[in-house]
Amino acid sequence: MTDLTNLTLADARDGLAKGDYTSVELTEAHIASMGAQRKLNAYITETPEQALEMARASDTKRARGDVGKMEGLPIAIKDLFCTENVQTTAASHILEGFKPQYESTVTANLFGNGAVMLGKTNLDEFAMGSSNMTSYYGNVINPWKGKDGKDLVPGGSSGGSAAAVAGRMAMAATGTDTGGSIRQPAAYCGIVGLKPTYGRCSRWGVVAFASSLDQAGPMTRTVRDAAIMLGAMAGHDAKDSTSAPMAVPDFEAALSGDIRGMKIGIPKEYRVDGMPDEIAKLWDDGVAMLRDAGADVLDITLPHTKYALPTYYIVAPAEASSNLARYDGVRFGQRVMEDGDSLDEMYMKTRAAGFGKEVQRRIMIGTYVLSAGYYDAYYNKALKVRRRIYEDFTNAFGTVDVVLTPTAPSAAFALGENSDDPVKMYLNDVFTVPASLAGLPGLSVPTGLSDSGLPLGLQLIGKPFDEETVIRVGGVLETAAGFDAKPAGLEG
Amino acid sequence: MSSLDKETVRKIAFLSRIKVSEEELGELAGDLTRILDFIEELQEVDVEGAAPLTSVADLTLPLRKDEVTDGNIQQKVLANAPKTDAGCFVVPKVVE
Repeated sequence: MTDLTNLTLADARDGLAKGDYTSVELTEAHIASMGAQRKLNAYITETPEQALEMARASDTKRARGDVGKMEGLPIAIKDLFCTENVQTTAASHILEGFKPQYESTVTANLFGNGAVMLGKTNLDEFAMGSSNMTSYYGNVINPWKGKDGKDLVPGGSSGGSAAAVAGRMAMAATGTDTGGSIRQPAAYCGIVGLKPTYGRCSRWGVVAFASSLDQAGPMTRTVRDAAIMLGAMAGHDAKDSTSAPMAVPDFEAALSGDIRGMKIGIPKEYRVDGMPDEIAKLWDDGVAMLRDAGADVLDITLPHTKYALPTYYIVAPAEASSNLARYDGVRFGQRVMEDGDSLDEMYMKTRAAGFGKEVQRRIMIGTYVLSAGYYDAYYNKALKVRRRIYEDFTNAFGTVDVVLTPTAPSAAFALGENSDDPVKMYLNDVFTVPASLAGLPGLSVPTGLSDSGLPLGLQLIGKPFDEETVIRVGGVLETAAGFDAKPAGLEG
Repeated sequence: MSSLDKETVRKIAFLSRIKVSEEELGELAGDLTRILDFIEELQEVDVEGAAPLTSVADLTLPLRKDEVTDGNIQQKVLANAPKTDAGCFVVPKVVE
């Protein structure tokens, strides 16, 4: 019998349609895999009973001839999406035990399309991190191992989602991306991650980090699966005022395989000092693959690239400091105080006990750059540089259809590395942050292995609301690269 | 320009409503200073004529009628509160 946990969404969709297996069987296989790999800590909350109930309902629905886009397919949900009556923590102590009384729009769309939820995946606390090491619920371990056998990070912040998909503990997972949190972990775990255009998916019911940047997207094992899942997540939502009132195209139909004459931009500023040879080679190989497929490859310039990270580390903490003001021990979440404490003391003790160190640092940086006397020098300046970064892309897209870059400056690193200095950790997002600041769609596709046998990804950045071109080119890259390596223990 | 002393960090921590111990102030001052040094690089960018970009969503914010769209969900609103009484959130005494 086929191992049901190795199927793609597209395969399983066909298998379910033909009656080769049921959603209950598919779901049971994934529940078993989730239980067997608990040591990787990919999930914060497993919901096996609810999953089976959803699977049974899906099988019944299918028997009636009612089949949604993701009918019966078991997936994982990043624990940043509010799920009705299922604990939603954002990987923070302050939200431990929080049970939303409503469903996020994205999860409601997925479940409305028939998807089955296996559980809620681990992440960096409030999605602030690039290693999944800031989670209150423990580190996630990457299913991949390098030659030295050390435990590696899965990337972040959607590290649990990436590990679950790579480790066959879910067929796909939702992620969210503020500065690279879908694309970077996808690259570190050898899977596909798609950050859609800002406004493509509703942010309603997603625990807010930086509201002008946050965007939900799919994490899958193939580009086709990302197209299928994005179609089931996206759409206008009146409850999110920045949600784009646009029709959702048939993303899967974009996978024509034909990119002849398409113009691919290669930004010279991404060839950063000290770029490892294996990353440079990966990028050159990607260029050759697209050229062989008939695309025109052009050198472009994005002159403000090196200012993207410092801009991000003003804008994102500023927005976070405002968004996280709501965790005050009054309406939801933890409260820490002693008898006789004042309201201020209650706030301060609650937030000191509830937030981890990185979250506290970012709230304080955000508070500082927004405070009187510094607002213009830092925050307003950053918003103006953000305009420049946006204009760089607008200019580039006057001549090219899509931009190709590496997704991350290295392969997955060992647990504990880069954690002595917050700034060192921030550098992991050097290639993903610019597209976030410009609100553009970005897709990471695994295209090769590092010298130590770890997956590496290339990123495609597209025009606003042109996920279709990104998906089309991504499909060609995926086919040409023929990446079929799997984490140790999952081969065969 | 941006080396933070303990006093400044104490003030930021209070504005952030995060309790920080004396021992933590020093370490935080170092961490925050490193981050500020990192973002200092922006000062060299020429932004003459650039309008601040607050959102990439090319939208005017939509308006809707000012009316109740849900309601009668007091139980749900209070369901996750640490302390409630008589249908209200309870906080420490604020007015003497």
